[in-house]
Amino acid sequence: MIFGVTRIVNFAHGSFYMLGAYLAWTLVTVLPRGHLGFWGGVLAAALIVGVIGVLIEVLLLRRIYKAPELFQLLATFGVVLIVQDLALLIWGPQDLLGPRAPGLRGATEVLGVRFPLYELFLIAVGPVVLGLLWLLFHRTRWGTLVRAATADREMVGALGVNQRMLFTTVFFLGSILAGLGGALQLPRESVNLQMDLAVIAEAFVVVVVGGLGSLPGAFLAAMLIGQMQAFGILIFPKITLVLAFLVMAAVLVVRPHGLLGRPPSSAHVAQAVEPPLEATPGWGRWLLLALLALAVLVPPFLGDFALIVFTEIAIMVLFAASLHFIMGPGGMASFGHAAYFGLGAYGAALLVKHFAAPMELGLVGAPFAAGLAGVVFGWFCVRLSGVYAAMLTLAFAQIAWSAAFQWVELTGGDNGILGVWPSAWAQPKLVFYYLTLALCVAATLLLRRAIFAPFGYALRAGRDSPLRAEAIGMDGFHIRWAAFTLAAVAAGIAGGLFAYSKGSVFPTYMAIPRSVDALLMVLLGGVQTVSGPIVGALAYTWIHEQLMRLFDLWRLLLGTVILLLVLFFPQGLAGVARRRG
Amino acid sequence: MILGRRGAILAGGAVLAAPVVQAQEGPIRIGEINSYSSQPAFLIPYRNAWTMAVDEVNAAGGVNGRRIETVFRDDAGRPEDAVRHAGELINNERVHLLAGGFLSNVGLAIADFANQNRRLFVASEPLTDALVWARGNRYTFRLRASTYMQCAMLVEEAAKLPARRWATVAPNYEYGQSSVRWFKELLTRAKPDVQFVAEQFPALGRIDAGATVQALAGANPEAIFNVTFAADLTNFVRQGSTRGLFDRRRVVSLLTGEPEYLDPLGDEAPENWIVTGYPWQDINTEGHRRFRDAYRARFRDHPRLGSVVAYDTVTAIATMLRRSEGTDTDRMIEAMRGLRFPSAFGETEVEFRDLDHQSTSGAYVGRTAVRSGRGVMVDWRYADGRNYLPPDDVVRGLRPQA
Repeated sequence: MIFGVTRIVNFAHGSFYMLGAYLAWTLVTVLPRGHLGFWGGVLAAALIVGVIGVLIEVLLLRRIYKAPELFQLLATFGVVLIVQDLALLIWGPQDLLGPRAPGLRGATEVLGVRFPLYELFLIAVGPVVLGLLWLLFHRTRWGTLVRAATADREMVGALGVNQRMLFTTVFFLGSILAGLGGALQLPRESVNLQMDLAVIAEAFVVVVVGGLGSLPGAFLAAMLIGQMQAFGILIFPKITLVLAFLVMAAVLVVRPHGLLGRPPSSAHVAQAVEPPLEATPGWGRWLLLALLALAVLVPPFLGDFALIVFTEIAIMVLFAASLHFIMGPGGMASFGHAAYFGLGAYGAALLVKHFAAPMELGLVGAPFAAGLAGVVFGWFCVRLSGVYAAMLTLAFAQIAWSAAFQWVELTGGDNGILGVWPSAWAQPKLVFYYLTLALCVAATLLLRRAIFAPFGYALRAGRDSPLRAEAIGMDGFHIRWAAFTLAAVAAGIAGGLFAYSKGSVFPTYMAIPRSVDALLMVLLGGVQTVSGPIVGALAYTWIHEQLMRLFDLWRLLLGTVILLLVLFFPQGLAGVARRRG
Repeated sequence: MILGRRGAILAGGAVLAAPVVQAQEGPIRIGEINSYSSQPAFLIPYRNAWTMAVDEVNAAGGVNGRRIETVFRDDAGRPEDAVRHAGELINNERVHLLAGGFLSNVGLAIADFANQNRRLFVASEPLTDALVWARGNRYTFRLRASTYMQCAMLVEEAAKLPARRWATVAPNYEYGQSSVRWFKELLTRAKPDVQFVAEQFPALGRIDAGATVQALAGANPEAIFNVTFAADLTNFVRQGSTRGLFDRRRVVSLLTGEPEYLDPLGDEAPENWIVTGYPWQDINTEGHRRFRDAYRARFRDHPRLGSVVAYDTVTAIATMLRRSEGTDTDRMIEAMRGLRFPSAFGETEVEFRDLDHQSTSGAYVGRTAVRSGRGVMVDWRYADGRNYLPPDDVVRGLRPQA
């Protein structure tokens, strides 16, 4: 619902789910035992989560609806970090086990198998909630407005509907349902601090497989994935890691808008046409040059650790720039960009492990491996648009990740590949830093050059007005495909360098958190500026490193910093700089 | 803003670069890296006991007249962050040795870093066998009884059961996979007529417990080997007991007797499972009683297994430093080899083996039971780690490069 109406990719939804479970635990254990205590506690927890959702919407998200698409994602991610540390502070580190539901403790025989009563109850709850929502959406004025807003937000606004109220109430209801979902887990599962991230990825998958804004679709998708999960493990016990993403990839390849989703009305695409990119203004260019000069001149006078951090920042700049290349000029958000970073790292590491290749060869292999994946995955991804494309990139990233994780003979599984150290001449930290800097700056400049080349103009034309671009003979598909591959190659270079700087490669290099890091860097810097990713990568890597090193509650602080940046710089850091300039 | 940022980077660079002036006779610094934010249930009691142990050593006059200091770093469960911290600790904080690690892959990443940079790394918790065997190196020592050792302890008990048809359930990552592999191999060696009729590998932290339980029940095993822990274990136990999976079936389970995982289950803790763990209420050796009282007095909570691991790691490091008389890495390694030190369990002395740098720290093996609304271990005994390691020539074969 939230997604359909407000178009916000709400990472915090998993946090609402977790809060629902924790609050229900507190209420149920405090309230007197019995039906009233239990069910009252569950409902109260859901309502409190609804109120928290409204607070977040009013205080935070409402202020940044005007910001570029996906920027709200950054804000909700800040909320996730804050909630994680707050939950740890309030409820402590130990998993909590709630009481079972009164009246539904036992089991019953179904077809000769003992089946818990509570699961039967949950099986009934799903369709009931679906039915109630259906009634709400089809039999009330409010529901009609919500459906209208899902289909065409601008038109609803133009007809004089109070969008603010609509958004807030939708957020309220969505949060209540998330809280209720968490609270209802209480009799089944322990309440723990990992609940939020465990559920959010799968919730997105369900929503996208079902089709955005389609409630029956979401229900159908949840059923489909649940059934696949239950029966899949009988045949392939190890498939649990990747099954949901395999389903999503298959569905999106066949049905680009999900099972029951409809293509958005293309008469007027919701997003505004972005102004043409300007070259960075004169003083900004000087500033970047000054930064580069600093990056070249200062390191010899710094200690080894500073060099490690500088190396990491240089790599992250290239990684963010490569994501920005497809997100900004290409107009295709990628939730799985870490795949190409990770494949680059693995490309290098596998050459080292299986062929004892020297570093020079490994660094050539890295972009090659990533580029190959970019060609294959890109061919599927660039056919889709918007969030569907982004989720398909995520699906491919997860498939790549699980391959690295489970193909133990080749990749060493989650224990990774060790001993990926640079050749002797590049062992000194300073030499390796200059090597990294040279490669990263060169690749970043190349990407920048591509943005301002005819190729980049064609790419942006395809983004802003696909019909007109096609009409004057531009092959949008091939252009986007090439851009996707180029971005993958650049990410692969970054990944290869990262492997040699760390000395080891692990599946975490292409896991979701790294993709999220890249998104955060680009969004923080500003999607619509060329220098945005550079600034974003500098700021994010540096803040993250400092907070993590100096504070125990670094997630709380990092989340707060992100929220502040989001509220005060809704165009991204570089966007502000440009506006002032 | 812009100037601020540039200034901030410069200032940051200066802070990063500032050398820590250090006289030879200054404090001995330990760099401790662990996944504090991602594994708080294990690591908060761990860090408590670590602090307590260091304070005790310092209160007793330190080591050779030098105080011990610890610099803690949180890797958030990411090996690449752990490696960055290791670099920072050595180059900036000038620590003399590295310690810590909870996740196996983090442990391996730090071990490889230590090998490359020729520094001592005392791994406390990572269980993977690779840490001292397949990828063992000269600079890495590991305290905790490894996956192999804990499996061997359980196999000894499992072989006494009449069960022939076994099923396994384990989280889908290296620890789960190698536990199942060792358990199968060792049990088949002890009892050649066992068969394994089903195996399940749910994703770590995301078990679909109902489906997993049903899949196991479908194969109708006589006994089950469980490796799941934490939230997965809780969900598995709840679904399994409601659906009757554990009726008339014996369960052999790794780590389930550790208070970290047994306490959350409360009165729903499974009964009569054969487990490895830590019965903190009932161990009344002199050393353990002292440790338990001190921990309770200071933190108003009972110790968890993580607390013992941390306490023993500090004790081992302090004993080693007394022996090495200095913080030169080669001399510290010499001192670590064959080092004997008293464990907080208060049982026989633990030794860091010269052969493979694995300590002989053991674990308690017993049955679970519910007493006054909480899970406990009964009929337990201390399994000394030295009895559960392969013969020396086999170990040499498993540890090729070191």
